[in-house]
Amino acid sequence: MQKLPIERLEIIANDIRQDIIRMLETAGSGHSAGPLGLADIFTALYFDILKHDPKKPDWPERDILILSNGHCVPVRYATMAQAGYFDRKELLTLRQFGSRLQGHPERLRLPGMETTSGPLGSGLSQACGMALGLRIDKQMHRWVYVVMSDGEQDEGNVWEAAMLASKYKLNNIIAITDRNNIQIDGPTESVMPLEDLRAKWEAFGWHVLEIDGNDIEAVIDACAMGRAIVEKPVMIIAHTVPGKGVDFMEYDFHWHGSPPNHEQAIKALHELRTLGGKIRSEHQ
Amino acid sequence: MKLADLNAKLETEPIRKGFGRGLLAAAKANPNVVAACADLTGSTAMDLFATQFPERFIEIGVAEQNLVTVGAGLAAIGKIPFVSSYAVFSPGRNWEQIRTTICLNDRPVKIVGSHAGVSVGPDGATHQMLEDIALMRVLPNMVVIAPGDSIEAEKATLAMAADKRPNYLRLAREATPIITTKETPFEIGRAYIFARGADISLITSGTMTYHALVAAESLYKDGIEAEVIHVPTIKPLDRETILRSVRKTGAVVTAEEAQIAGGLGGAIAELLAENHPLPMLRIGMQDRFGESGQPNELLEHFGLDAKHIRLAAHQVLDRKGS
Repeated sequence: MQKLPIERLEIIANDIRQDIIRMLETAGSGHSAGPLGLADIFTALYFDILKHDPKKPDWPERDILILSNGHCVPVRYATMAQAGYFDRKELLTLRQFGSRLQGHPERLRLPGMETTSGPLGSGLSQACGMALGLRIDKQMHRWVYVVMSDGEQDEGNVWEAAMLASKYKLNNIIAITDRNNIQIDGPTESVMPLEDLRAKWEAFGWHVLEIDGNDIEAVIDACAMGRAIVEKPVMIIAHTVPGKGVDFMEYDFHWHGSPPNHEQAIKALHELRTLGGKIRSEHQ
Repeated sequence: MKLADLNAKLETEPIRKGFGRGLLAAAKANPNVVAACADLTGSTAMDLFATQFPERFIEIGVAEQNLVTVGAGLAAIGKIPFVSSYAVFSPGRNWEQIRTTICLNDRPVKIVGSHAGVSVGPDGATHQMLEDIALMRVLPNMVVIAPGDSIEAEKATLAMAADKRPNYLRLAREATPIITTKETPFEIGRAYIFARGADISLITSGTMTYHALVAAESLYKDGIEAEVIHVPTIKPLDRETILRSVRKTGAVVTAEEAQIAGGLGGAIAELLAENHPLPMLRIGMQDRFGESGQPNELLEHFGLDAKHIRLAAHQVLDRKGS
């Protein structure tokens, strides 16, 4: 796959954000903040980091991407459509009866969706199983990437997996925590404090990198560095802005599980198309 | 049906030992067979495998949620993972992970729950798993198997390694009389008639099949010919074999070392209520927990033995006649 310049990737991420807004408005339900905040990470993954083939989703040599926090799947659908897995028109079927784009992702319904997820805390465990299987098969050139949320780290299952990955030195796993500091009931630090999150992962035996998760170049660089760490599994704590790109959604936990209505969607799309007013003449 | 001679003194062996041998044989035949355990490798008889194939064995530690989800990941890479613990912990503690990452995700993970039933004995109610069959039976895609002795468990394990679906295998701790032989057939999804009779159908699985055969002998002395149907696969149920028998006998007693709700008895009740309603009683745990004690005294106390099957058969036959 030919690498695209960062400026081009930023435009793709913006397009993905606009698709997310349209999808959620049409669906009338779903999560806004997380998917918007993750658009840069998913753009970096699908357009630079992952070894994959949109025309052959089951390609045996592909890298594996697990979305552990399944509720953020609109960003994955939108990115997969941009990458050529399916037609962008299908995005508007999100959450509708008969759609391949279920409210939470289902592996059996959509080629390229590696796991079924939604109930939190089990993505990293499955990554451990895959990483162990790849090691047994001597397929260490294939990487297992896991995107997980910060709130889901309330789940004990996450830390069971953290211990196992460390015990078996699963250096073919690169996990990315979407550290956006919100969950359904409020800020993570008031619902169930996670800090010192970096120290926690380090204490569990992981190599931790911390980056601005809305900086596509930083995501690409961190994954490259992560692949070079051989003695430990790697956790990238990616600090993101929930609702990124839409001013009235940014940082507000109330947008965790809500979609925009029609007026809000128009406002959001206008903001994204003008990059928050930086571009004055918007082509309608 | 080639069975052991019930009139001779039967050999006994824990059912889980048959699983251990079956796993080793499956692993020798197929390099994709792998195994993981949650700190109970010896107790679940996985040690045979772990010793011979250390590079294909994963020690998970006391973490049953991780156990089954790591299994789902291994299956995603094309492995055939057997994951074992005590039934009370797996599938007791990790049901949602099994539902989402194995059943809905359709990964052929082989969940092995040992030490099921009150016959665990002295460990008491916390460790006597009685709800596992109900928990697993309600999950789409899941196959539920409760073999009757160690020889059958060995065959079941080999069959599971070749089966493409998620499977649950229920094992017991105590030495169980060996009622089958190497020649006794076993296929996933099949029920087997272990004793022929025309008066009543005794439908059983797991450790209770032995007790049903003993009950059938004493019923014969009472002038009653009982048909014993062994149902090692509780899901999918062998509807044809069961319905053929009950259409002939017109009366049923089910017996299992599990709660009467949702287990084999529940499955048979559902089948018969919709297809062929008839007088029926269910032997099993009557919506209560067990307690510490010796296996045999517990089985007698909770009504899980040949004596109680015989009594239930007479009660059902009274209803059939009236």
